[in-house]
Amino acid sequence: MRHLLSAADLSRETAIALLDSAEVMAETADRPHKKLPALRGRTIVNLFFEDSTRTRISFEAAQKRLSADVINFAAKGSSVSKGESLKDTAQTLTAMGVDAVVIRHGSSGAPHLLANRGWIDVPVVNAGDGTHEHPTQALLDAFTLRRRVYGHDSRCRGLDGLRVAIVGDVSHSRVARSNAWLLTTLGATVTLVGPPTLLPHDRSAFPVNFATNLDDVLRESPDAVMMLRIQKERMHSAFFPNEREFGLTWGLTAERFAAMSPHTLVMHPGPMNRGLEICSVAADSPQSTILDQVANGVFVRMAVMFAVLTGNEDV
Amino acid sequence: MTARTLLQAADIQRALTRIAHEILESNRGAGDLVILGIPTRGVFLAQRIAGIISNIEPGSQVPVGVLDVTMYRDDLSDNPTRSTSPSHLPVNIDGATVVLVDDVLYSGRTVRAALDALTDMGRPAVVRLAVLVDRGHRELPIRADYVGKNLPTSHSERINVRLVETDGDDLVEIVGER
Repeated sequence: MRHLLSAADLSRETAIALLDSAEVMAETADRPHKKLPALRGRTIVNLFFEDSTRTRISFEAAQKRLSADVINFAAKGSSVSKGESLKDTAQTLTAMGVDAVVIRHGSSGAPHLLANRGWIDVPVVNAGDGTHEHPTQALLDAFTLRRRVYGHDSRCRGLDGLRVAIVGDVSHSRVARSNAWLLTTLGATVTLVGPPTLLPHDRSAFPVNFATNLDDVLRESPDAVMMLRIQKERMHSAFFPNEREFGLTWGLTAERFAAMSPHTLVMHPGPMNRGLEICSVAADSPQSTILDQVANGVFVRMAVMFAVLTGNEDV
Repeated sequence: MTARTLLQAADIQRALTRIAHEILESNRGAGDLVILGIPTRGVFLAQRIAGIISNIEPGSQVPVGVLDVTMYRDDLSDNPTRSTSPSHLPVNIDGATVVLVDDVLYSGRTVRAALDALTDMGRPAVVRLAVLVDRGHRELPIRADYVGKNLPTSHSERINVRLVETDGDDLVEIVGER
C-alpha cells in the first residue's frame, strides 16, 4: 500500500489484511516491552491543519510504538498563518528528510492533492479531510466491531451480515462517509439515520440504506449504533430547530437506550457532546465501545504506518 | 531451471528425530525447554520436534510457540515484506532454554531479528538454534546448534522446503542451474 487516502479505495482483502495486522500490533501492547523496532530511523511528520486531540495523539503514539521519529506540525502558530500554501509547507517539510506524511486538513481532498500532484514523493496518510473521509477512524471502528463480535477468533474475518446504524449529523461527517464505504466493503449493512437536512442530497453514490426515524431503526436491534458528533463548527445554517429538539429526536437518550436491545453496541468516534447526541448512561455502559475505539485506534494506525512505510504488497 | 530433490519425507523425519535427540542430550532432558518456530515453516517443524520429544520422553510436555520476526527485520525499508503474523509464547520464557526453529539458515538475518524479538519478550537462560537445512553464505556471525542437513549452495540457487502442513508433501529440493 503506497498511500491511505480513502476508505472507499480499500478492497476487502486489503482492509482485512490491515485489520489482521492491527491484531498483531494489539498483541504487543501486553508485553513488558511495548516498542517495536520496525520503523527505526524513519521520520514521519504529522501535518495538522485542523484541531485534533485524539487523532493526533493516537497517530503519534502509534508511530512511536514502531520506533519512528515524529515531527508534529500544527497550523496554528506556523508559517501557514503567514499565508504559506499547502504545497510549500509540504515541500519544505519533506526537504528536511521526511519519510511519510500524515495530514489532517479542513479542505476535502487535500491529502489527494498532496499524494497525486507530484509535489512530494513520500507516502501520505489521510487523518481526516474536511467533510470527505477519515479512513483510519473507519478502520478502527471496523476493528472494534470485529473484536467485540468475534473476540480472539477475529483474524481473516469480515463483518458479513452485521447491521450498523450511523446516526446524526451524517452530511458533515467524514467518519460516517468512511464507515459507509468500509463497513459495506467488509460485508456489513449500513443504515444512515438523521434529519433529512443532515443526510446527503444525492444518495445514489452510497451503498447504504437511509432512514429518518431512529426509533424504527433501533427496534430492529442492529448489531451496533454509531452516534455522530454534532459538528457545530461546520454548521453555518439552521439544519434543525435547536439542540434540545435534535437530542430528543435523533440522540441516544436514556429512554431510547433503556428500550434498546442489550446486544446493540454503542459506538461514538468522539469527542462526545454528552447529553446532546448521546446520554451518559449509554456512553458509560458495558455496551459502549467508546474507550475500546480509542485504544484500538493506536493499533490500527500502527498497522497503517507499517503498511505504507514498508510497502507491503499484501496490505 | 532444474529442480533436484535433496531430502525425501523419510530423510526429513530422520533429521528431525536426530535433532530432537540432540536437543534432549544437550539440555539433559526436557526440563525448562521452550520450542519456538519462526513462521511459516519453522512453526510446523517446531511442532514436529516437540512431538518427537514427547515420544522419546513420555510424560514430558514441551511448550511450543510461534515467534514472528517481521517487525524486527533489518531490510524493512528495502523489500516489500510479507505480512506480519501473530507471535504466540505458550509460557513465560524468562530463565527457559529456548530453541528457535527455522527451515533454512542462509544469511542469518532472520535469526538476528528473532534474537531481537526474543529480547523484547523476556530473558531466556539459553537460546539455541535448530534448522532443517543450512545452506551457507552467512552474513552475520551466527551458526546453528542443530542442523538437519548441511547443503552447500551457490547464491543463484534456491532451496525449496515443502511440508505436508503447508504444501501437501515433505520435500527439500534445490532449484537452479547446475
